[in-house]
Amino acid sequence: MKGSLLKRFKFLDEMGDIARFTGRFFREITKPRQEYEEFFRQCYWIGYKSLPLVGITALIMGLVLTIQSRPTLVEFGAESLLPSMVSVSLIREISPVITALICAGKIGSGMGAELGSMRVTEQIDAMDVSGTNPFKYLVVTRVAAATLMLPVLSNLSNAIALYGGYIGVNIRGHVSWYLYWTQVFNALSFGDAVPSLIKTFFFGFAIGIIGCYKGYNTKYGTEGVGRAANAAVVLSSLLVFIIDLIAVQISDLLNLT
Amino acid sequence: MDAPVIEIENLSKSFGDNHVLRNFSMKVPAGKNLVILGKSGSGKSVLIKCVISLITPDEGTIKIFGEDISKYDSDELDKLRARIGFLFQSNALYDSMTVRENLEFPLRRHWNKEQRVKGAEQAVMEVLEDVGLSHTVDMMPSELSGGMRKRIALARTLILQPQIILYDEPTTGLDPITAREISHLILQVQKKYNATSIIISHDMNCINITSNSVIMLIEGKRYAEDTYANLQHYDDPKIHEFFLTV
Repeated sequence: MKGSLLKRFKFLDEMGDIARFTGRFFREITKPRQEYEEFFRQCYWIGYKSLPLVGITALIMGLVLTIQSRPTLVEFGAESLLPSMVSVSLIREISPVITALICAGKIGSGMGAELGSMRVTEQIDAMDVSGTNPFKYLVVTRVAAATLMLPVLSNLSNAIALYGGYIGVNIRGHVSWYLYWTQVFNALSFGDAVPSLIKTFFFGFAIGIIGCYKGYNTKYGTEGVGRAANAAVVLSSLLVFIIDLIAVQISDLLNLT
Repeated sequence: MDAPVIEIENLSKSFGDNHVLRNFSMKVPAGKNLVILGKSGSGKSVLIKCVISLITPDEGTIKIFGEDISKYDSDELDKLRARIGFLFQSNALYDSMTVRENLEFPLRRHWNKEQRVKGAEQAVMEVLEDVGLSHTVDMMPSELSGGMRKRIALARTLILQPQIILYDEPTTGLDPITAREISHLILQVQKKYNATSIIISHDMNCINITSNSVIMLIEGKRYAEDTYANLQHYDDPKIHEFFLTV
């Protein structure tokens, strides 16, 4: 009983630490001497280097969703609705969430492990001693890059997944390129695309802040580095779903669904 | 007598119930190498991390160049840190950067862009020559041996030509020959830069080579202070046991 109570307090304690860490991010980002060079380097690593993985996943996602949905629609004689249904599912929900989960795995664990190993080998202390603010150099740049790159990746993922849908539609039937895209764009509205785009900023921010928090506060040597990378993926994936749930509720309240 | 460069008074630091430093005081005169000798966990590393403000002490004052550093804001602290070099026990070289980038890193904050364009290359090559590793300039830290990494870490410490150098166990993990080379290098550096140094160590050979005086730190307290030669003749068993390994 006592142990479980302590565990619960520990969880709350960590939530408080994450809130303070996030607060520090907003304080530091507004202070002068921005680390632009490191920020662009992180954009390259997070955005460009994640593109092949996100692209392949998106193509398969579009393809599989289309192939799996076809039999049900055929049963109801609504096969012609396949492009519309696939596009709405992908753009509103599947593509942003899957992209965010892939990034949580790739970027979140990378940040946790990199900053964690820098912490345990005193590289963060060395940065502090050399007069460079390590929080600004390491955390602010990574979180900002993740926040800005995730929407870009998500949009590219949308496009590739829709292309995957086109291939999927044409495996068992025949829909022309022009007709497919006409049906896709007729089915979509700004109410589908904009909330989906906005939530990816929050996904990116959550992945960046959790990855950096876990890495920056790593303890217990190399064992702690593994734990930090693991915890970064688990917590940021969980946060992606929680943010998604909140975003859906807000969209619903604003009649955007 | 000149005013001490580093003056510590009644320094205490605890982590929970673990009292690491208890009312520790010391003075380091200009241009001298002071060694802090103590067993693992006796508070040596905590002490020098307090000196460079990586750890905030619970009580006591630290004066560097006559000024209490607890009153410094972050900009003043950065300026002070430019005058202090710190050699980390784990070397703390940035894994993702080449030797050149590692050495140039401290310059980015303390030199302006024009200074860096004009003088960085020369400064890098000069410190690399000091440590005898000019050929490693474009190598990655992972390509270097333990002794080479220690030398590069020392070169990074020297690049801003510090007036104070803090060494955290500079010979730990090195073979006896390399450890001896590093000890002599510390001595050369002190002579060339006329730096004041605090060396944390329990390597008696290193202490013998580098020290002007030695402070014994036992259970977070200053236990004794003397030269290495004199300490050898103390009858106190707590002091004597350190010399049994020599």
